[in-house]
Amino acid sequence: MTGRPDDLSALVAAAQCGDERAFESLVRATHAEIYTLAFRLTGDDEDARDVTQDTYLRAYRALDRFRGDARFQTWLYRITANSASTLLGQRARHRHDELTEEAPVADDRIQIDPSARVEGDSLRHHLTDALRRLPHGLRSVVVLRDIYDLPHDAIAEELDISVTAAKVRLHRARRRLREDLYAQPHEGEARAV
Amino acid sequence: MREKPVRCDQVADRLPAAAEGLEALDPAARRHVEHCLRCQADAVQYRRVLRAMRALRTEVMAPTPGLVPEIRAALGEAGERQALRGMVGGRRTAYLGGLAVATAAGAAGAVVLTLRSRRSKVRLAG
Repeated sequence: MTGRPDDLSALVAAAQCGDERAFESLVRATHAEIYTLAFRLTGDDEDARDVTQDTYLRAYRALDRFRGDARFQTWLYRITANSASTLLGQRARHRHDELTEEAPVADDRIQIDPSARVEGDSLRHHLTDALRRLPHGLRSVVVLRDIYDLPHDAIAEELDISVTAAKVRLHRARRRLREDLYAQPHEGEARAV
Repeated sequence: MREKPVRCDQVADRLPAAAEGLEALDPAARRHVEHCLRCQADAVQYRRVLRAMRALRTEVMAPTPGLVPEIRAALGEAGERQALRGMVGGRRTAYLGGLAVATAAGAAGAVVLTLRSRRSKVRLAG
C-alpha cells in the first residue's frame, strides 16, 4: 500500500463529496494490494483483474455507506472477497465436472525432500503454490483470515456462509497446507498421553 | 476419578487452532499437547505455516500493465450510465409532476363547475 492511512482518509472524505480525482487517487494507492488479494483468492490473472475492477465499481457505488469504522483498505478487502466469491460461485454452478471441497486435487508437485523444501524463503514460495492448489472455498477463508486478518464474522458475511462453517473451513485449509508443506502427519495412529 | 487419556488422533482435528497458540485449544487437548512431542511438533508446523502466511501480507504483486486505465474506464462507463439513469429519472419525475398538476387542475375545475351549477339551481328555485 503506497498511501498512508491519513492520506487515504482525506481522499475518502473528498471522494465522498463527489471528487472523482480523489477516488482515482484511492484506486492508484490501493489497486496493487487489491489485485494481490484478488489473485490470491482466484489464482488467475484475468479473474483477478475482473474482480479488482468489480471491487472498485462496487466501492464507488457504495462510498456513501462507508462510515470509516474500519480502515478503507479493510472495507475494500471485504468487497474484494465478496466479488471473488460471486465470480467463483457462478463459475462453479456452470461447471459440469464440479469438484467437491473434499475431492482430491491433482498433485503436480515436484518431489523434493519435505524437510529441505520448507526451509527458509522457500517456505513462502511453496506456500504460495500450496494455496493455489486449495479448493477456492478453503482458500478464500484461509487467505482472508491468516493473511489479511479479517474476523470470522466478516469472512462469513462476505462469503455468505455461517461463522461455524468459516471456522471449519479455516481448520481444514490449515491442515491441508501443513500436509502439503511438511511430511504426512500421523493421522490414524493412536497414542495416548 | 481419573480423566480419560486423550489420544493424538483426537487432538489432530483441533491442532490447526494451535497455530494461534496452545491457549486456543480446550484444556484436555492442551494438556495432551504439552506432554506429547509428536503433537508439539505438529503444532510448531502449524505455527510456521501461519507465520509464513502473515509474512505474505507484506508481499504485493505488480499487476500487469493497464489495470488502472481499465478501472477508470469501467468507472467512467458506470458514471455515464448513472447520469443517464438520473436524466431519465428526472424526466419521469417531470412527466409525473405535470400529470399530477393537470389532474389537480381538472379536479378543481370540476368542483368550481359543480358549485356554480348548484348556486344557479338555488336561485331559480328561490
